[in-house]
Formats: sequence, structure tokens, C-alpha cells
Amino acid sequence: MNELLLGLADDELVVGWRDSEWTGIAPMLEEDVAFSSIAQNEIGHARAVYELLTDDADALAFDRTPDEYRCAPLVELHLPDWAHTIARRWLYEVADEIRITALMETVPVAAKINREEAYHRMHAEMWRERLRDEPRFRDAVQELWPYALGVLEPAQRAALAARVGLDEVAAVERGVHDASFAALHDEMTIVRRSAPAGAQW
Amino acid sequence: MIWEVFRCERRGRPFEHAGSVVAPDAEFAEAWAREQYGRRGESVALWLVPRDAIREVEDWADEFDLKYRRVDGYSIKARLKEARERAAARAG
Amino acid sequence: MVAAAEIPRDEQAFLAYVQAGGQVEVTDWMPDGYRAKLVKFIEMHANSELMGVLPEREWILRAPTLQRKLALTAKVQDEVGHAQLIYRVVEDLGKPRETSLADLVDGKAKFHNVFHYPTKTWGDVGVIAWLVDAAAIVSQKALLKCSYAPYARIMKKICWEESFHILHGRDVILAMVTGTPAQFELVQEALDRWWGPLMQFHGNPIPKDDDPMYLWRIKSQGNEEARQQFLEGYVPQIRELGLTVPDPKLSRRDDGVWVYTEPDWDELKHVVTGHGPKTEERLAFRRRLLEQERWVHDLVLAA
Repeated sequence: MNELLLGLADDELVVGWRDSEWTGIAPMLEEDVAFSSIAQNEIGHARAVYELLTDDADALAFDRTPDEYRCAPLVELHLPDWAHTIARRWLYEVADEIRITALMETVPVAAKINREEAYHRMHAEMWRERLRDEPRFRDAVQELWPYALGVLEPAQRAALAARVGLDEVAAVERGVHDASFAALHDEMTIVRRSAPAGAQW
Repeated sequence: MIWEVFRCERRGRPFEHAGSVVAPDAEFAEAWAREQYGRRGESVALWLVPRDAIREVEDWADEFDLKYRRVDGYSIKARLKEARERAAARAG
Repeated sequence: MVAAAEIPRDEQAFLAYVQAGGQVEVTDWMPDGYRAKLVKFIEMHANSELMGVLPEREWILRAPTLQRKLALTAKVQDEVGHAQLIYRVVEDLGKPRETSLADLVDGKAKFHNVFHYPTKTWGDVGVIAWLVDAAAIVSQKALLKCSYAPYARIMKKICWEESFHILHGRDVILAMVTGTPAQFELVQEALDRWWGPLMQFHGNPIPKDDDPMYLWRIKSQGNEEARQQFLEGYVPQIRELGLTVPDPKLSRRDDGVWVYTEPDWDELKHVVTGHGPKTEERLAFRRRLLEQERWVHDLVLAA
């Protein structure tokens, strides 16, 4: 269970990181504000789940070495274009709903996360409707599909495939970080590492 | 499309005009207005209305004296003073 | 107070109306000069909010705790939100957002000096959130009285949101000045770099009766008045932390007026006309993003 929760928390942390990269530079101002709320929610979810595992969420979030993180490659990918970003948002939210609802009976905070993510799902679906015929978006979904499957345990992947409307394929599994993760981790921890452990910020 | 946003700050308060968002349809308008006007819990409810649906009324032709139907059309001080004086005289 | 619908279509009468505290709505008649000044002033504010995001957003990714990450993201989000509110006002005055953004990235429009400078450390994050936002809020509070009512109204939401920014900034600073000596130094060093731009922020001390923005009551205070308010409010707060303001001449006279080394007004002009250390890079960044994501804009907002 702890591995599962750590994976969930790390996913939320890193997808929140990637999503927060759009703050200030999203395609339209109204969307920029909305998208940033989603990123903040995700970081908040990560913190809530870390707090189930430790008293010091910051230490868990920041002070591990890259290979100690349990995030799925999907969330680590550097996707500096909107089509890929929305594709990831949508795929991730569909996968996360399957994962989170399965945890709701045993993990109290899962219900809270699920309620907040209802807004994320609404937002992702709204964009998917708009972009569904755009080749850039369709290609992005195809490209990210194996990564999306890797977010879930094997037993849950059929459900994901049914909801997304694509056939199950070989997943890009957790366990090996994407090439972009090292740089992400480095930037994420650069200020924190500049002071001794336990320094206040 | 421009959508006007009206917000209700607390239950029982009236909806007040808060601003506007540019959005292609009601769904986008909702998604965006929610965050722009509600991310700090500053609103308990929003009304989203296409600007075109709003009919503005801003002139009246009040040509004649309407004071008879307003509070400022009544000045009772002088008469009240006289009525009190007369009542006092009758009693005394 | 004469109702707006009764303002004669005459510049002198309009001037008297706004100087007496009259409010102007978007559908009212207004002199061309007023409208033009309004668009320019308000657009510069919108541009500043949008450009101000760029120096700060780098640090969102580097924030050293989850709380700071959330707070900084929320602060920058607010600034984007402010840009949205303010561009809407400009749009309703007749200038489309796309034109404003095109003018901005083409270097034809201005934005405030402070957003032309680099951020170098986490110390900058604290100094900007605390002191740059404080300088801005002095101006923004005065704008609550702007004669143009739609702009005055959005300033209320903006001022309300800015109040958390300043508190967040001060909290970041306080954590560092009570942390390690190296952290204290980060703050002092950032302050040393930002003091010059902060002193220039409110503009050169043109007397308010010579300032068209004041005459039209677009601004309700003069530049020097704003700067004095900033110094009065914040120099004591800076000094009580043991920080040094890098201007040996800075002091408060007995009559309450702050004296200081005269800022370099040529430098200010040079920077706001597009020659700041980071101007070109940031405008190029915005230009690239606008072009890259134009298809999204067209797909979503077309028809």
C-alpha cells in the first residue's frame, strides 16, 4: 500500500510541477488562471498523501535522490506544447479516477481528492471536446497512450482502455524514469539544496 | 463571446456584477469564471450571462414633479410643531 | 453631482466633471484625449501584470517547500488574473486584446521598469513579492478613485488579492533573515539590486498639476506622493530587520519628507522604452509562445 500511495503522491507532485510550468504562459489568460488552480490542487493532493506517510512532507517531496521517486514516466515528460499538455491532462485524469476511486474505501483523503478532481475532469473533457478533431491532439494522445497505461496497476488497465476508447498496448512502466526527470529534479531542488538540511524557508 | 459574471458573496446577499470573461461557450465560461471569481472562496455562487443577452436601461423621462411619491416630497416639521403646540394648549 | 448622461459633449465641462469626482462609464461620451490616455495607461498596467509573471515563474519550479511553491504559484496566478481583468477593460474601450498583445511583443507598448530586470536568487522572490508589490499597491490604492469607473471597480479585486502577496513576500523574507547568515545575505544582496528600480517605479517627480493623468483624474495622486508613501511605509519595516537600504542619503526629515539620492531618470526612460537588461529576451519569449499557441487561440475563440 505504501508503494502505491507513494506512487500516487509522486505522480501528483510531478504532474503538478509540469502543469505549473504553464502559469503565465498558457494560450489564453482565462485558461492560464484555471490551469494554475489545477496545478495547485495537484501539489496539494501530493502533500495530503505524503502526510499519510510521514511527518515531514517537504523532506519526502524534496530530499530523495531521483531514483527513490515512484512517479510514472507519463507525468515526468516535458511537454511544452498545448496539444500534448491537454492530452496528458485528459489521459491522466481518466487514469487517476480509476485509481483514486479504488482507494476510497481504505484511504480517507482519497474521497477529498476525488471530489476536487471532478473539476479537473470537467476541464479536461471540455478541452478534449474542442480538440478532438485536431490532428496535433490526436497524435499526442496516441503518443502518450503507452505512458498513460503505465500510471495504473496492470489489473486496472482494461478499464482505462475502455474509457479512453483505445486498445491496450505495452505500457511504459513505472521504475525507469524518463530522461527529463533528472533535470526536473535538479531544478526542483536547487534552492532547497543551497541551504543545510532542516533550514527554514 | 463576452460573458458577464455576477457573483454572490454570501448566502442572502444579492448578485453583483463582478466582471467578464471571453469564452466560446457556456462550458468554457463556467470553467474560467469559476477560477477567476471563486478560487479564494470569495463567491458562493455565480451567474454567467452572455453580454448580448443583457438589456440595459439607463434613461427616464421624468418631466413633471414626482415628489408626491417620494420621501423628499414631504416636509412635516412646521405643521407637526404647530399641531403639538395646539395639542399642548388644549391640554393646558 | 451631475449625472453622466447630462455631461455636455465638451472637453472643458468633462474636465470639470471628473475633477469634481465624477465617474465615467464605458457608454458615456468622453473626449478623444481622455479615451486615448486611458487606453494607454490601462494597457500599460495590463502589460506590466503579464510581463511581471516572467521573472517570477522561474522560481515556482525551484521553490524550496511545498507551501512556498503553492503560494508563489497562487501569486503569479493572481497576476495573470489581473492581466485578464485589465485587458478586458481595455477591450471594452475598443482595443482588442490581440492588438494589445501584438503591440506588446513588437515593442510598441510599455510596461513597468521593474519587470525588465533579471531575478537571480530566492532572495529576489521575497523582495519582489514584498517590496515591488508594496510599491504597486500604493499606486493601485490611489487608482481605486480613478475617474473611469470600470477600471476603478476592478482595482478593488486587485488590491484585495495583492494584500496576500505582500504578506507572503514578507514571510519569505522573515524566514531568511532569521535563518542562516547565507540566507540573510541573499536578501541583502537582492535588496541592493532592486532598490534602484524600486525608487524609479513611481516615475519622475512631475508635479501633479503638470501630469495629464492627474488632470483627467485617471491617477488620483502624483508620482512623488506615491513614492513618499512607499518610503514611509516600508523603509522602517526594512530597517527593523537589520537590512541596509543601499542609499546612504536616505533619511526622513523632521517634516516627515523622505530625502534620497536622486534616481537616474534617464535610466528609467531607457528601460521602459524597451532597453532593460531582460526586455528583449522576455518579449521574444512571449512572441514565440503567442505564435506557437496561436492555433489553440484560433480553434477556441474563432466564431
